[in-house]
Amino acid sequence: MSTATPTVTTPAPPPPPSTGARVRKLLQARETGIVLAFLVVLAVTTAINPSFLFSKDGWRDLFLTPSILVVLAVGQAIVIITRNVDLSVGSILGLVAYATGRLFVDTGLPILVVLLLGILFGVALGLINGALVAFAKVPALVITLGTLYVYRGVMMSWAGSDRINASDIPSGLLSFGTSSILWIPSLAWISFVVLAIGAYLMGRTRGGREMYAIGSDPDAATLYGLQKTKRTLLAFAASGGLAGLAGVMYVARYGTISSGAGLGIEFEAVGAAVIGGVAIFGGSGTVLGAAVGAYLLMTINRGLPILGIQDFWQRAVVGLLIIVAIVLDKVLKDRQHKKLLAERDAA
Amino acid sequence: MTSLIHPSDTSTQPRARSYRDHQRPLWQRILFSRDLAVWVALVVVYLYASATVPFFDRPITITYLLLDVAPILLIALPMTLVIITGEIDLSVASTVALASVSFGVLYDKGTPIVLAAVAALLVGIVCGAFNGFLVTVVGLPSLAVTIGTLALYRGIAVGLLGTTAITDFPDGWTDWARGRIGESDIPSIMIPFAVLAIVFIVLLHFTAFGRGVYAIGLNEGAARFSGIRVERTKLVLFMLTGVVSALAGIYYTLRYGSARGDNANGMELQVIAAVLLGGVSIFGGRGALPGVIAGVLLIGAIGSALRLADQTADVINIVTGLLLVVSVVGSSVLGWVSSKRRSRGAPDAPSGTTQSTPPQPHNNTTLTDPDGPVGEREREDR
Repeated sequence: MSTATPTVTTPAPPPPPSTGARVRKLLQARETGIVLAFLVVLAVTTAINPSFLFSKDGWRDLFLTPSILVVLAVGQAIVIITRNVDLSVGSILGLVAYATGRLFVDTGLPILVVLLLGILFGVALGLINGALVAFAKVPALVITLGTLYVYRGVMMSWAGSDRINASDIPSGLLSFGTSSILWIPSLAWISFVVLAIGAYLMGRTRGGREMYAIGSDPDAATLYGLQKTKRTLLAFAASGGLAGLAGVMYVARYGTISSGAGLGIEFEAVGAAVIGGVAIFGGSGTVLGAAVGAYLLMTINRGLPILGIQDFWQRAVVGLLIIVAIVLDKVLKDRQHKKLLAERDAA
Repeated sequence: MTSLIHPSDTSTQPRARSYRDHQRPLWQRILFSRDLAVWVALVVVYLYASATVPFFDRPITITYLLLDVAPILLIALPMTLVIITGEIDLSVASTVALASVSFGVLYDKGTPIVLAAVAALLVGIVCGAFNGFLVTVVGLPSLAVTIGTLALYRGIAVGLLGTTAITDFPDGWTDWARGRIGESDIPSIMIPFAVLAIVFIVLLHFTAFGRGVYAIGLNEGAARFSGIRVERTKLVLFMLTGVVSALAGIYYTLRYGSARGDNANGMELQVIAAVLLGGVSIFGGRGALPGVIAGVLLIGAIGSALRLADQTADVINIVTGLLLVVSVVGSSVLGWVSSKRRSRGAPDAPSGTTQSTPPQPHNNTTLTDPDGPVGEREREDR
């Protein structure tokens, strides 16, 4: 590549925005709409059945049910932002959950060590995806579809017909899975920490912003000299590691691990990210949006029976939500595009 | 549509136009094609399994193999065309389930079975048209759309029947779905499949419409400017995928004698894996139906050989996944090697031929395509 180095003049930093502008920006943010939708769902179901929110179980489930999906959705958002997709997260979750279970059964390692090993195992599986995508230059969709099968197959052949039961898991981990800190379940705290770290890295650090740049225009990013291979690897490692963490959380929450653990959850993770405003073409959206998307999905799932809808219809509602979200995004994008054109013509 | 001409693209000497795939004689082109490689692999697997796996060479094995892969064979036909245009349809298995449930529910309510079947086919057309509408008219990426409709159609199917199943279908119909052609070992379902396969092969390889499908996959903007009706083509393809999926759904229902909401769970991945294994490029613009048919049969043959050798479903999963990864990575590596060889030998070779060679550094006109394929159209330079 022969590229003439363009002379870049750094513009003067813009004045800090006024409070009014900040409020307007917050109101226009894509995440605000999702949060509002979530609050509406919560309000309606609670109005019909107050115990949905104001009972001990209701309050706990509100945070506990989405916690695993939030972790997966954050990882998925990072991958989608770099214009890839990771369909193997459900299989990674299952494989890591089974591996942690086996470690508890076969070795006497302390809980924390096993948890770290589980996450590292997830990172390794994610790196395999990333290496295949980054070095072989094959679309992530195909690679992760292949590894979805491979990882699931490895888990099934390893597990055979035996399940890991709650009696095999140390009681410390199981009680952590059901414990609460400051009225909020511990697993939810883990997902909050993951979300905070993810939001900071993607929103405020150079590496994170480079991922957005790569996702929004890979060619421009390459010309600009960003290290695409490294960032792709990192994104997949993050997604794999978070799927590994989700697998460990799965063990802590359910205790029993059968070969169906995490089956089909990859579509829910992609769905949560898409509903949360992460465009499938990469380069836009936030991990916060994806997390709120996960909350919205799970809360609707729990709220349907209260609204008198059989829970068989859950998946249909999820699908409808995804479609509404992407149509809405498209409409907003077109409007903004028109507005920018008008501004340009006016200038 | 913005085409980025790289500054490096303004080369000094004009290059002579040459089409690499027509420089070689026909026999070479046929001999070294990806399709043939898949067929050879299929024959090798078949012979090897016949020699080593007990009972594999029995005719009954072939019968069951074809019965098992029939739905995938059917859906792979239109899916190939969809992927060649650079789109994707992940909702096919959900359409199978929805058509199956509609068929079952209508028959259960006393509709004549022929009418129920026609209604199920209509459901398939509507499902496909909805996908196509969102992709072409609204202009959304098909990956996101069909992940949404995957959940939506499956959700409606499960919602309609809950956990119940409808199981009493007329014996004449179920016997036909499980039966064979006369005294041979070929299942009856292969007759409609053969008809459809011929229709789709003619459509893709011998009509202007089919050339349009390739053109859209190679360069949507150029196709649009050469007068190909891009939107209409894609809409037709999504509707075809829907109706064929519905047909597969009716077959599935009759063969297993039950209409359930969770029929054909996960089949979308099997179909896509088979299509990609058959040499269709996920970038669009490349692939052929004979290879895809061989790809489906290859996955089916390996699966049934492993089953007969007392291996469980998990090994079949691993093999399927590895095949998929190795086949795409392999073609990518081969492309890289041949591009290296060419750039050392001949001074230039136009990219965009039938091989998935990444464009060489000295001629890459990268198209960043806002409504490109599965959100992954990135051909980058090294």
